Amino acid sequence: MKGMPMMGGKGRGMQGGVPPKLRMKPSAILIRLWKYLFRFKGLLLLAALLTVSSNLLALVGPNLSGAAIDAISLGQGKVDFSSVFYYCGLMALFYALSAGLSYLLSVLMLHISQKVTFQMRRDLFNHLADLPVSYFDRHQTGDILSRISYDIDTVNTSLSNDFLQICTSIITVTGSFIMMARISPMLLPVFLVTVPISILLTRYRSKKVRPLFSIRSAKLGELNGYTEESISGQKTIKAYHQEETMQRRFAARNEEAVSAYYQAEYYAAANGPSVNFINNLSLSLISVLGTIFFLQGRLSLGNVSAFILHSRKFSGPINELANIYSELQSALAAAERVFRTMDEEPEPADDPDAVTLAHEKGEAEMRHVRFGYLPEKEIIHDLSLKAPGGNLTAIVGHTGAGKTTLINLLMRFYDLQGGEIAIDGRNIRKVTRASLRLGYAMVLQDTWLFSGTIYENIAYGRPNATMDDVISAAKAAHIHEYISALPEGYQTVLTEDGINISQGQKQLLTIARAMLLDANMLILDEATSNVDTRTEILIQGAMRKLMEGKTCFVIAHRLSTIQNADNILVVDDGDIVEQGRHDELLKKNGVYAALYYSQFQ
Amino acid sequence: MKKLLYYLKPLFPRMAGGLSIKFLGTIVDLFIPSILAYMIDTVAPQRSIPLILAWGGVMLVCSLLALIFNVMANRMASSVARDTTRAIRQDLYDKITSLTCQQVDEVGIPSLISRITSDTYNIHSMVGMVQRIGIRAPILLLGSIIMTLLLDARLALVLLATIPFMAAVIFTITKKGVPLYGVLQQNVDRLVRVVRENATGIRVIKALSKTQYEKERFEKVNGEVTGQELKAGRVMSASGPSMNLLLNLGMTTVILTGAYLVNGGLSEPGAILAFANYFTIILNAVIAISRIFVNFSKGSASANRIAFVLDLPEDLQTLPPDHRDTDSHILFEQVSFSYLGQKNNLSNISFSLKRGETLGIIGATGCGKTTIVHLLMRLYDRDSGEIRINGDDVRSIPAEKLHTLFGVVFQNDVLFADTIAENISFGRQLAEDRLEDAICRAQAGEFIDSLPDRLQHELTIRGSNLSGGQKQRLLIARALAAHPEILILDDSSSALDYKTDAELRREIRENFAGVTSIIIAQRISSIMYADHILVLDNGRCIGYGTHDELMRDCSVYREISVSQMGDGAKGKTEEVLA
Repeated sequence: MKGMPMMGGKGRGMQGGVPPKLRMKPSAILIRLWKYLFRFKGLLLLAALLTVSSNLLALVGPNLSGAAIDAISLGQGKVDFSSVFYYCGLMALFYALSAGLSYLLSVLMLHISQKVTFQMRRDLFNHLADLPVSYFDRHQTGDILSRISYDIDTVNTSLSNDFLQICTSIITVTGSFIMMARISPMLLPVFLVTVPISILLTRYRSKKVRPLFSIRSAKLGELNGYTEESISGQKTIKAYHQEETMQRRFAARNEEAVSAYYQAEYYAAANGPSVNFINNLSLSLISVLGTIFFLQGRLSLGNVSAFILHSRKFSGPINELANIYSELQSALAAAERVFRTMDEEPEPADDPDAVTLAHEKGEAEMRHVRFGYLPEKEIIHDLSLKAPGGNLTAIVGHTGAGKTTLINLLMRFYDLQGGEIAIDGRNIRKVTRASLRLGYAMVLQDTWLFSGTIYENIAYGRPNATMDDVISAAKAAHIHEYISALPEGYQTVLTEDGINISQGQKQLLTIARAMLLDANMLILDEATSNVDTRTEILIQGAMRKLMEGKTCFVIAHRLSTIQNADNILVVDDGDIVEQGRHDELLKKNGVYAALYYSQFQ
Repeated sequence: MKKLLYYLKPLFPRMAGGLSIKFLGTIVDLFIPSILAYMIDTVAPQRSIPLILAWGGVMLVCSLLALIFNVMANRMASSVARDTTRAIRQDLYDKITSLTCQQVDEVGIPSLISRITSDTYNIHSMVGMVQRIGIRAPILLLGSIIMTLLLDARLALVLLATIPFMAAVIFTITKKGVPLYGVLQQNVDRLVRVVRENATGIRVIKALSKTQYEKERFEKVNGEVTGQELKAGRVMSASGPSMNLLLNLGMTTVILTGAYLVNGGLSEPGAILAFANYFTIILNAVIAISRIFVNFSKGSASANRIAFVLDLPEDLQTLPPDHRDTDSHILFEQVSFSYLGQKNNLSNISFSLKRGETLGIIGATGCGKTTIVHLLMRLYDRDSGEIRINGDDVRSIPAEKLHTLFGVVFQNDVLFADTIAENISFGRQLAEDRLEDAICRAQAGEFIDSLPDRLQHELTIRGSNLSGGQKQRLLIARALAAHPEILILDDSSSALDYKTDAELRREIRENFAGVTSIIIAQRISSIMYADHILVLDNGRCIGYGTHDELMRDCSVYREISVSQMGDGAKGKTEEVLA
């Protein structure tokens, strides 16, 4: 491992590679968790009732068997069979009843816990979907996945079980405490020693254990992140024969994850037995004190043993509570990760008086725009441009000159640091994002398709599209023939990393998707970079039709494709260094001309 | 499950150790009530305070021992769970990296991810839980059963008669439950897929304002997961109550039988009373065991899914040496291939490259350009024909040797969230001057110099803080860095402007003269100087030769060329605008 830079070495800090500091108070987390449970208060109440009644039934059973045994105890030849039958019959009845009740109860709890899981997961996902694009640039997919699956699962396995346990425990503890107080208030001070000790111990332990559970969740998230990233890059790993490197790196992360898991369990493992120890301690104290009181004649022996019986009932649930408390630590740590994600700033809400943009003319204007992904690192400095409706604006320039950034700004994936962008004379901050974005059709470099049928993928932007619409879009994008040749045609399910489709075909599908959109502005970001020129020529007609009457922004490297643009912007280092029509720019003999001629060298 | 045992086997000694300690802890724990009874029944009447204190001390010692033993045993159980999980997860990951692309396609990436994560978690918690609860409970169970047998064998046998019924219940429920959890995990796969698609496609989703649609899509799969969990849980929940019921009914029968026995003078009422006490312990133990049931079923379903991957056959094994003397470095002869075994994706492709030559491949979208590379690198095996490198059949070259021959950039290739240096070096531990050299050749020097921390600059996830062209330059640097024997650039300069692209070609020509290259491109200018150009159409070769030859003989090639370069030097293009 030595000398090998760890993949993600420093960058992982962001995902919580460093032991995460607890920023949220446990009480705050608990309150938020409680809110989820509280939505199902009716069901919870029912569950509590069922718990009480099944506990009561459980008490009846032994009493009945006691009565039956009493009836037997009359001895040889004198057994009162009718009573025995009577009580045994009742026993069978009660046991059946209590089994039925407890089945009902566990199914009910399952319902509640699954409802909470569903809600929580939905809330988390819905929030994620509203987060700005930049969040996904900063967080590994695998880590996000880990929050949505592992963390939420962890929260819920403990949450719903614990709730019931707490209920039962409180009932038993109160009951037995009252019983003990009635028998001998003198012995109660023993609990003044042991109960505080167990509370202190639990608190001390949980303070120690909670950060360990946080690390555990974070490490599993990291492992997930790495797994997702590396499995997605499988072809490249194979091509460079780096399987072993990746395996070693996985081993390091795996080690971290299982150790973090173990560390948390290592400390948590002591919780149950320690509380059990304190119980035993109180038992010893009570028996010693009790017998001494008996010697002093202050208690009868029967009272001592009854007190001890109740004290065992009393400490049993306390033991259970301590266990729950440590289990709750893992839930708290996991819940914190979930809630923290839910607390991420979503895309700022639309302005309160934001209007729906009608995109009538489709006129776009940028005025003195300044922007950088990091505020201190400005990429675009004071950029102004005007694209009248129906105009074709081409953006060219060296890689990294900020072309794609312009698109990010036009679509308002990011907000400006200075200046403004207006569509039809309206500042885009003053219109709803949905209406702004829906006004654009776009085909991006990244050909994103989801796992669904080809039909669904093409119709993605226009759900009410008919099959005929989809087919004509596919025909226009010259992908119809390919689709028809597939055994399932338009119903072929695309798998995310499907082998049956090439990059170029993917791009054609995204073009077909764009063709279906009812937008009057169009963004083509290297839209045909993976399509061969012949196909490109074939789809030209359709593209032209697509662009007709629309305000278009085109980023392309094949300069031949943009010669007809109404306005060509040559971007360099975030500034427009030249603009004009093809001929004008060539005459200028500047940057554009150099770029243009380079393709013939 | 068999697989799991295989992993647990080396840990048996430690498990046995943990079990023994747990056993001791349990025994000591059970002593305490007996001491208590002894104190009240025997010691108290003796009225000796020192004796009472002494026995109190014994109780304290027992409590301490119970504490120590139980903590130790729990920790050992955790360590067994840790080591099992680590080994399984590592083997699973290793296996996945060694799977062929075909196998990965079949199982699906989201499913592989969830097997390595969520399924191994299930195993982890199962192994831990089974040891922690699964040891104490059986000890109590066994102990109590022995005690009841000693007390009254006839009554005990009546109680034991419930065992076959309980076994039947366990069997039925597990048989139903495990497959249900298997389906649950499949639903988890789908959940993973939806989330993953949303993370990668966030820009498109936002651009098309499909957030609401995606929320609904997630809600559906979310509902499927929780619904299935509920379905499985409903079955599993039956285990506790039904076993409870069976045992209690057994006890009722014991009392009934006892009534006859006592009446006939064959047994004592006291025996039945004692029997009832032990019965409570048995009942509690059985309840504890049924609690780990859900865990166990989930774990087995997950173990099955993991075993499925681990047991996938080793595909693409290295065949015995097959050499044929030839002067070509790379040789394709009548190669045909189909991904799905239906329609041929490549048919009868032949070409031959001498060392240092360049092959350009051009052709329509989806015509099989990338497939040629996949076959050459043996990411897939050709169906017929021959592929040789240095005269060796690629199938006879061990993977570690074969794959180190190449420097390759795929279409939309991956960058990792790591430093630039590591992304280029990519685990090959290349010296820094190698990296610098590759960066310079790949035309990435300028942009890297503009970064304050240069090679140590951290890329964000999927390299999203770079522009398309910057990404391609880094990927090209990665391909060049180890001075490969064969360089493959699959449409990897599409985001470079012409000038940079031309510079890059010049650098490669001048500095990598001995390197055989295969360049796939859409631009004629990227490949027109290649020694051989292959024009593909629908998986078939429709032209093979040099630029000039193809301009003369291949109408498709001419058409592409004219459309891109204009008709000769006039710089006029037929193509208006895309």
